[in-house]
Amino acid sequence: MAVEVRLPTLLRAHADGAATVSAEGATVGEVFADLVARYPGMAGNLVDDQGGLHKFVNVYRNDDDIRYLEQLDTKVSDGDELSILPAVAGG
Amino acid sequence: MTHAQYDTVLAHCFDGFPAEACGLLAGPFAAGAPTGEVGQVYPCRNADGSARTYTVDSKDLLAAMRDADGQGHDIIGVWHSHTHTDAYPSATDVRQAVDPAWCYVIVSLKSGEPVLRGYFIRDGLVSECAVAVG
Repeated sequence: MAVEVRLPTLLRAHADGAATVSAEGATVGEVFADLVARYPGMAGNLVDDQGGLHKFVNVYRNDDDIRYLEQLDTKVSDGDELSILPAVAGG
Repeated sequence: MTHAQYDTVLAHCFDGFPAEACGLLAGPFAAGAPTGEVGQVYPCRNADGSARTYTVDSKDLLAAMRDADGQGHDIIGVWHSHTHTDAYPSATDVRQAVDPAWCYVIVSLKSGEPVLRGYFIRDGLVSECAVAVG
């Protein structure tokens, strides 16, 4: 499936400054693997050492937070938009 | 930022009390960096609902990013309130600062008058980001 991926400002430098890139995969996890293959600088920012979604990252498939779906196993369809958002927090 | 934006930020901080309130700032970029102009302020929900920590609700973050994008802007910073400490980044703020380009605005409600200050947090180091209201 071909999807559009919106990148947070912090990851755009790894994609030559692009705010939106195309990637392929049947699930969010596969799309991320494709992203890292195309833009190796993103490795380590999306998926943690245990293979789960990095805790400082939120990912939406269109309007749905993938944490409430199947996380990285969430299926994607052609034309879906994945939005990668940083976790914005403090105290 | 404009007076109206400043008032919106403060009102949201008071509304959220005794929990920490938070929100996002958006504005134009030039040559890959924020120009410093605040185009929009977005009051957001604190998903933690805590007087000691905040997490910008991710749905609010998504809505703010999409709205800013629709106006040719981008997120340039985040603001949150300190209910009983100074308007200075806490150790938690420094540890969780995600973006070196952002201005981190803190509103202290510790004393009678609110105090608003801005900071850059880069590689764990805090420096002042002057906030002009007018």
